[in-house]
Amino acid sequence: MLIIFYIFAALSVFGALGVLFLRNPIHSALSLVGTFFCLGAIYVMLNAEFVAVIQVLVYAGAIMVLFLFVLMLLSSKDSGDYVNKWTIGKILAGLLSLGIFVQIAGLFTAENLELGPKGTYPLEVVEEVGSIALIGRLLFTDYILAFEIIAVLLLVAVIGAVVIAKRRFQ
Amino acid sequence: MIPIEHILLLSALLFTIGVMGVMLRRNVIVIFMSIELMLNAVNLSFVTFARSMDSMTGVVFIFFIIVVAAAEAVVGLSIILSIYRTRKTLNIEEFNLLKW
Repeated sequence: MLIIFYIFAALSVFGALGVLFLRNPIHSALSLVGTFFCLGAIYVMLNAEFVAVIQVLVYAGAIMVLFLFVLMLLSSKDSGDYVNKWTIGKILAGLLSLGIFVQIAGLFTAENLELGPKGTYPLEVVEEVGSIALIGRLLFTDYILAFEIIAVLLLVAVIGAVVIAKRRFQ
Repeated sequence: MIPIEHILLLSALLFTIGVMGVMLRRNVIVIFMSIELMLNAVNLSFVTFARSMDSMTGVVFIFFIIVVAAAEAVVGLSIILSIYRTRKTLNIEEFNLLKW
């Protein structure tokens, strides 16, 4: 179990580094799809099957296909030249992100992490009822207002995308 | 059982790579993909904390985060498409209409 987790973790970090370093943006997008698949496998190991399924369906399946569509539609041939030529800026960016990593990692590995009381859904309950049933029940009871707002947000996003991307004829 | 520190460290590492992508790359679509990577790193820590705290709230939040990410990708890509029509480039240095 642990070995499989480390393999998928290494593959996902590898894919993320591919996004960072590959010159061709289409290669970056495909490498990001690999990262999303590996994260989906890690979600399965964490007993979150529903999240794993929507990760693969929505992220790797829908969002990344949209990215690839736009990349192939725009087909900019000179994109390899889009590099930051300011060396001091690169060094500053590296130092800043190192600082961010140290901060987050220090917070996550702190000894006296105050996490509050435990919830009411231990692993046995989740496996007995099923995680999809529990999420559905929570979505339509405790989080019904957020659910309705997110539906409106999706509608607004669809209409906004059509309006913004529409070609204007004179 | 996987130790939660290792999963959280993986999440921190993916988030940092996303931050570096935003700061180092000049292609606007790659910057957008780095933002998606950061959202995914946060999702991973949400799932980890939800599992280790015996809670279901983190998993429900991920549902909302993924929907918001999808809406953001759709609107952002259509904005990029319409900027490309006037500027004919994806280099973020050229997107300076709002600069003064």
